[in-house]
Order: sequence, then structure tokens, then C-alpha cells
Amino acid sequence: MATVTAETTELSRSAHGTSIKPGAGLYPDENAKPVMGRYGSQFPKTVANGFTIIAPIKPGKANDVRAAGARLATAVLSDPYVLAPLALHFLRWVIFDNDTRFAYIAWFDTDFDKYVEDAVMLFNKTGVTTLFENLEGFPADWRTNPAAFAKYARDHQVESFMEYVEYPDVTAVEVIKALAMKRAFGEVLDQMQ
Amino acid sequence: MLELDDIQFFLWSRPRALAGRYDFLTFRQGERARAWLGGILDKVGSAQTVSAAEAVDARWVTVAFTWNGLRALGVDEASLATFPEEFRMGMAARWQVNGDTGIHHPDHWVGGLASPDLHAIAILFARDAAERDRCTHEHQRYLAEIGGVEILSSLDLEALPPYDYAHEHFGYRDRLSQPEIEGSDTAPRPGSGPALKAGEFFLGYDDEAGPAPPLPQPEILSRNGSYVAYRRLEEHVGAFRDFLHRHGDTPEEQELIAAKLMGRWRSGAPLVLAPENDDPALGGDLNRTNDFNYGEMDPHGYAAPLGCHIRRLNPRDTTVNMQRRRIIRRGGTYGPPLPEGAPEDGIERGIAAFIGCASLVRQFEFLQNVWINDPEFKELGNERDPLCGSQDGTFDFTIPKRPIKKVLKGIPAFTTMRGGAYFFLPGLRALRYLASLSPARESELIPAGAREAP
Repeated sequence: MATVTAETTELSRSAHGTSIKPGAGLYPDENAKPVMGRYGSQFPKTVANGFTIIAPIKPGKANDVRAAGARLATAVLSDPYVLAPLALHFLRWVIFDNDTRFAYIAWFDTDFDKYVEDAVMLFNKTGVTTLFENLEGFPADWRTNPAAFAKYARDHQVESFMEYVEYPDVTAVEVIKALAMKRAFGEVLDQMQ
Repeated sequence: MLELDDIQFFLWSRPRALAGRYDFLTFRQGERARAWLGGILDKVGSAQTVSAAEAVDARWVTVAFTWNGLRALGVDEASLATFPEEFRMGMAARWQVNGDTGIHHPDHWVGGLASPDLHAIAILFARDAAERDRCTHEHQRYLAEIGGVEILSSLDLEALPPYDYAHEHFGYRDRLSQPEIEGSDTAPRPGSGPALKAGEFFLGYDDEAGPAPPLPQPEILSRNGSYVAYRRLEEHVGAFRDFLHRHGDTPEEQELIAAKLMGRWRSGAPLVLAPENDDPALGGDLNRTNDFNYGEMDPHGYAAPLGCHIRRLNPRDTTVNMQRRRIIRRGGTYGPPLPEGAPEDGIERGIAAFIGCASLVRQFEFLQNVWINDPEFKELGNERDPLCGSQDGTFDFTIPKRPIKKVLKGIPAFTTMRGGAYFFLPGLRALRYLASLSPARESELIPAGAREAP
């Protein structure tokens, strides 16, 4: 395992006041065995698990990609839970190199291979189709062909050589539950004043 | 409009059979295989004829083929390549996807099911064991007469007494939730979800995502067909009962543990509707036994644990795209029942089931890969389906409870995967097409094991 977990130190204790240890990982991890997934190899889980997908934008189409971002943001405004099936911590969409390249950066908890169809259906539903369709080489039949969608993602995923996370192995759902509990406790304590 | 006169009855209706037999076949010569199929064709029931004659028929025949079997029948390479990858590979090659690891691995499968020589299955459902035996002998005589088609292995099925309700060896009532398909006569039962588009189960029809997806070629072969995943799961009744005794001091406590694993009492009554005590009348009432949800009625799993069998296999309102993950289950039990109180006798008994769908990768494999075997399902962390998951004694089962949950450590394998395969279940026109193929070039002799899936 290439994961390096810091020993509990004075620093981490003073940083959190808890025993939660930050972790770092070095890649590629020679010990990670590829596991066959439904749509190809499952991505080995990493410390800050997710995507760094970098793909060329079709010439002159950068603004269509931007428009897809606006559509997704609008969809989230109207239904804040619309992306919940993706189990995301965050999502960053970046256009760079003079509007020629796009990066899809995401930190999520699920295994991508397990939820490919859900992602495809979600992107259909939220109307961000122009995002993918303006990327070079994106499969034209992606709506009905999750395998092709998965292959494109796999082919354009760039592996990290180092990842760090302040709270390893904690899912977004767990973070949300902990915050909800903290708030509930806060209210109880307020009422006891 | 569904072509019920062309679709095989198998996934459409469930005739009242108390016995069955599966003959797993290998084709040694393509020409003989087509002759065998041609001679058995008129015995294969359509959805229409079986529904009409259910009361008078005494036996029902189904035939289906592996990808290697379609090739052995003479389907050309270009057509074979248009079938989905998972079907081409076959269930054994997909062991990692389906979680068939350790004792469940294809290396340990019986009956030649992991072999590329497995080409077809002939499924017989019969009114009773006597009719089953009569038909079995008839089929054996027919095979001997035809030649070139051999039985790799067989399995006899028998319903378990008492016969007034379907159940398996652990004692759980079975066949409670079945999806309803648009175009069938029966309306969905309360709580079983809206009727599904036919394309979720039969090729060539609109499905829940929209217009019918592209068909494998030629269309005459694929239209009205379905895929079925076969799973022969041995049930370790002794180990199951020992577990109940270990975790429950009284018969009532033991029943509750059994119910928690399933999400239903063994009577079929769902825990969401009957959390404290069994309610057998509810269990058998198809208008009530599915009429519940999880999101509002049991969000934390205090009634039905988050990882119990029925909550994993049908999370209802607590998942997305549920209508794209539905399956139709068929099959039955095999082996003698183990009498209550008797020690484990070492005789193999279990369930030999078929899971029918239009896409193995989206429906069957998703259920296996994610809902059954993903340890992180619903944030559980270290659990698999307690009854049919790939268990090896290292996983837990959590029973949510106030004030603190109960975690059962080291769940043993109550079931072992003993063999399985992916079959294509063609429509009747497609069966006639296969029987009448005249391959341009064919090496008539198919060497055993010489042709493997990619």
C-alpha cells in the first residue's frame, strides 16, 4: 500500500483536537490489483478518490462547455440534491490552454464503475449534454452506451502522483451526518443555558 | 404491442409447477444441434399459449443458449460480435464482477457450468415429479435418437412441502415481489412500483430510458429475446439454524434474527409493516405484503436493517433509477428438505434460480456487484448481503436498534455458489431461425473446449 498515514502527532492533535489522522498517498500504487468492473477495470480507490479527467475541446466550442456548467449550476439551484447520486465532495470544471482543453476534477466516494449508468442518466436529466458532446472523441452514443462513456472517462483520467486528505476514509454523507449532529447538540446546549 | 405469441412464456407467466428439471447441454455437431432444436420447437410454450392453457398443461418447456451455444448452432461471427460483451464472456469469466470469489469461484463450480462446452439449457417445469420423470426420459430418448447433443449435467427441482406456499430451504416464503410489465393483464400490486416498460425484459421494445436500444444482429434472432443469469446457490441449512440459535435464546428471538437478515419474517410479512411480531396473514396477502417504503416508514432501518436482503435487492424509494434495476426471478428449490431439529446431513440442497432481464450488465450484474456485494452499500462499511452475498466469515451484519445498534460479526456463508451461466432466451421465431440455419462453412465437429469466449 502506497498510502502514507501520518502518525498521530502534536500537530495533528492541536490541529483538530481529535485523533483523526490526515493521510497521503503516492501513485502509481504497485500493490493495487486491478479488479474487473462491469465496464472495464474498476479504478483503484485513492486517498482523495476521484477524477482528474483532461480532454480536448472541439475547436470553437469552449463557450458551449461553459454553458453546460451554467445549466448544471441552475439545476442545483432548483434541486440542491440533484447530484446526490454521485456521492461528491466537490466538483471543479476548468477550461484552460486558450479554450482548447477541459478538466473535470472531482472528489467522490463511490466507485465510478459501479454507478456509470446513474451518472449517464443524471447528466441526461440535468441537460449538461453539451459538455460532453463538445469534447473531442466523445462517443456519440453515450446516452445509450454506458460502456463507451466509461471508456472515455478511463482513457482521459490522469493519475495523481500524490494525494493528501485531512480526514481519510470519511464519506460526504458521514461529514453531513456529523455536521447535522453537531448542530443538533448545539441547539440542545443552547436550550440548556 | 408485445408479441406474446413469439415471446417464450418463461419470464412472462409462472405456471403452477411442483417439479422441474434442468438439462445442461453441449453440442458436438452443429447440424445435429439444429436437428435437436427443430424437433423440440413445438414443445416450447409462448407467453400466449401457456397463459391460455395453464390449467390443462402438465409440463412446460423452455430452451436457452450460451454465446458459445449460438456459435455452435452456426450463428456467424459478425452476428455473434453484436451481442453484449458480458454475455459473450459468460458468467464464469465475470467472476470478479459478480463477486464469485473464494469458495464461490468458478474453479469450484459443478456440472460443467464453467466450461465453454456449455451450449444450452433445456428447462422443464412439470405439474409433479411423476410428469417430470416421464418428460426427462422422453428427452433422454430423443437425445439418443438425434445424437451429437449430450447432457453435461442435470438438476432435478422439487418444491418443498407444505405445497400451499412457495418457500426455500431456510423457510422463507418466496415469490412475493415480482415486477409487473406494461401490457400484462394484471395491475401492479400495491407497493410494487409502476408497471415497467417491456423493454426492461424483452429485446426490441421501449424501455424505461426511452426508445428500444439497438438489437444484436440479425434482428430475427434477437427480437423478443431476453437474457437470463442462472445461479445455483447451495443453502447450508445447518449453519443457518446454528446461527439463529447462537444469536437468539428463545424461538421468538431466533425468528426475529431470521427476519432481520431477510427484512421479512419467514411468513413473508415485511418488518417495515410488522416490526415487532410476525403476522402470517399479512405475509401471504399480495395486496398488502409489498405496500411499504423505506424512506418515510423506516429511514434508519430500525425495522428492516439497511443491509437486509430485501432492502439491498429492492431499495424501493431509497435509491435512484430503481426502474432500471428490476429483474424477473424464476426457478425453484433442489435437494431434500432438512427436517427441523435434524443435524446437517451434508446433502446438497438449495435454490437454482434464473434472473431475467434485457441487460445483464445493467440489471443482473449491477445487483450482484453493487447491491449484493459492495461492502460500502449504504455506508455500512463491512457488509454484504447476509443471505446471498459472497460471504467468507469476515463480514458483519448490523441491526440498527435504540439506544445502540447490534453488530453481528463474522457472518458465515449461508449459501455457496455452485455454478452459473448466462443464457440468451430467444423468441419462437428466433428458435425456428436457429434450427434452419445453413452455415456456409462449418467444421461440423466441434472439438470439446476448443472454442472459448474472448
